[in-house]
Amino acid sequence: MGFVVKSVRGMFSGGKRYYLWLGFLSVLIGMGVFAYYRQTVHGLGVTGMTDQVSWGVYIANFTFLVGVAAAAVMMVIPGYLYHNKEVKGGVLLGEMVAIGAIVMCLLFVVADLGRPDRMLHMIPPFGKFNFPLSMLAWDVLVLNGYLLLNLHVPGYLLYKRYKGEEPVQWIYLPFVYISIVWAISIHTVTAFLYTGLAGRPFWNAAILAPRFIASAFCAGPAFIILVLEIVKGWTRFPMGNRVISFLRMVVLIAGLINVFLLISEVFTEFYAASVHVASARYLFFGLHGYNSLVPWMWTSITMNVLGLLALASRKFENRGVVVRNIPLAFLIVAIWIEKGMGLVFPGFIPTPLGEIVEYLPSANEVMVSLGIWGVGLFIMTVLIKHAVDIETGEVVPKKQ
Amino acid sequence: MSKKARIKEGKVSRRSFVKLLSAVTAGAIAVPDKSEAFNLDAFLQKHFHELTDEEMQQTLDRLTREYNEKYDREDFSVVADGPQQGVKFAYALNLSKCIGCRKCVHACVEENNQHRGTEERKDQIEYIRVLEMEKGSLDLEKSVHDYDHEVPAEGKYYMPVQCHHCNKAPCVKACPVEATWQEPDGIVVVDYNWCIGCRYCAAACPYWARKFNWVEPRLPSEEINPDTHFLGNRPRYNGVMEKCTFCINRVRKGLNPACHDICPTGSRKFGNLLDADSVIRRIIDTKRIYILKEEVGTDPSFYYFFD
Repeated sequence: MGFVVKSVRGMFSGGKRYYLWLGFLSVLIGMGVFAYYRQTVHGLGVTGMTDQVSWGVYIANFTFLVGVAAAAVMMVIPGYLYHNKEVKGGVLLGEMVAIGAIVMCLLFVVADLGRPDRMLHMIPPFGKFNFPLSMLAWDVLVLNGYLLLNLHVPGYLLYKRYKGEEPVQWIYLPFVYISIVWAISIHTVTAFLYTGLAGRPFWNAAILAPRFIASAFCAGPAFIILVLEIVKGWTRFPMGNRVISFLRMVVLIAGLINVFLLISEVFTEFYAASVHVASARYLFFGLHGYNSLVPWMWTSITMNVLGLLALASRKFENRGVVVRNIPLAFLIVAIWIEKGMGLVFPGFIPTPLGEIVEYLPSANEVMVSLGIWGVGLFIMTVLIKHAVDIETGEVVPKKQ
Repeated sequence: MSKKARIKEGKVSRRSFVKLLSAVTAGAIAVPDKSEAFNLDAFLQKHFHELTDEEMQQTLDRLTREYNEKYDREDFSVVADGPQQGVKFAYALNLSKCIGCRKCVHACVEENNQHRGTEERKDQIEYIRVLEMEKGSLDLEKSVHDYDHEVPAEGKYYMPVQCHHCNKAPCVKACPVEATWQEPDGIVVVDYNWCIGCRYCAAACPYWARKFNWVEPRLPSEEINPDTHFLGNRPRYNGVMEKCTFCINRVRKGLNPACHDICPTGSRKFGNLLDADSVIRRIIDTKRIYILKEEVGTDPSFYYFFD
């Protein structure tokens, strides 16, 4: 009990900047709740979605965030398996990021439902769960499972640390192994959600799943590095530079693989130039005068290439905290565009009947999305604060 | 929604963040209460397949009562007639004859109690989309959907597309809660009280046949068809998916679908695939058949043919 009370108290006490940040996130959350309330009253008509483009920024953000959540595994492997002490501190933080990201994923899926009041229909025995046939049913399972795994492992480790005891291996280590496989699975299943649709040629490509993993292991660790940099700069959290250089290497390699897969995809689409190229053409060059995604996509490609070149040159590595992280921010934005707008929207454009209707999110839809990001970042913040408190010994049990 | 309507609504693209904030705040203050009142019976209503005969009757009675009240009528009838033994429905459409008049589109809307669209969204739900195709090509991407001139036009032919009632339906596979399935007589249906509105089925459909209720459906009382079927044309709710059911309320009584009966050219043929003497079997045996997107492997119950 003492652990919980102290943890919660610790989560909500901090300096002025800490409160300011939490306050800012609370404002985002508040506006998001307001906008979501509006959506529940009027229906999904308050979004920019149509029968032509029936998934929008909710599912786009969901897809991106599954990747961020999966990326925590990149730190788990060396940290837990090889007992690399230095990485271990980072692992905890990575898993906190994963928890926040999965919560956002689940919220984005719920925000996208036309009938959130019928959510019980998914949960046996009240509901009917179309398992194993529906890939969406699989996704619900693996995401919730991953959330539980990520709550269990760091929760247990932190508790033991707080007690000043050595963690018992069999209580957490098996789950570490499971979570590694599981992390790959959440992203693979999310990719299969798209690739399994034979009626959407833009998605119905085997390369999608490997590309999902590659881009996830690029943007995810990049996001985690930014978190680590903030923690390192502002707290006394014990962490060397090796974690960050290890992660920068992961980002670079995954990013290069991602670009290679992108080139393969683009070549196949445009060289063969079958009727199926329409969506890709819409995305990169515009189709019959419709081109709202074109500037986004080229921004994404430019940022992707610049970010990777900067990382590869290693010139930025020893610069100031802002400069050395700019390439990472570039890659995060690039992949957010690529995975969201670049992947989800063009799958619907043109429609299976050849109609072209473009999509732009409505103001209300953007507010809901920002609100969900607010929730996720809020959760990440307080969890990380908690981990930092314990690791730096600011939360310890009273002496008997 | 038409393009114009979407522009009018004002999307974020060129707006500053501040403007966006104030717009949303203003909008939120003026929220009129359009939500349905919470209905415990509806909330607890079981999946269609889980209802016992007695529960089914109670549900039908309750729905009839609710619809009569909501739409201010006294003549609603909601039935759940089951499939007949030895019947497997199929549809065939003569591409040589169709003139693209869209009479089928409108007859369908009237028969099936679709959302009539709102003034600003112009979003009437239509199960049939008539494509104006270029002669010499079957490329759907060259088709025109919003043609507005006298038909048939020179150099064009017409191809109405609606739910193909696939025997290997991607939408049925996709649904995470089994809210959509194929009945024994071949009709792919939706339980409007079970659908959670995730729209994965719409993403899965190769024929763009599934239509979503983005807003509370507008259905004027005087335009209602009160003879309804639980799995078909009974009024729908905000936030659920719907689709063509071959007019399940008609065909299970031995009638033809509304689109079939209205067609002035006789392009539309409907019948029982298991009856060797049916018109549909004669067409398959004697005509050149074209199956739209056969390569997707959905095995549809909808055929196109040529004279």
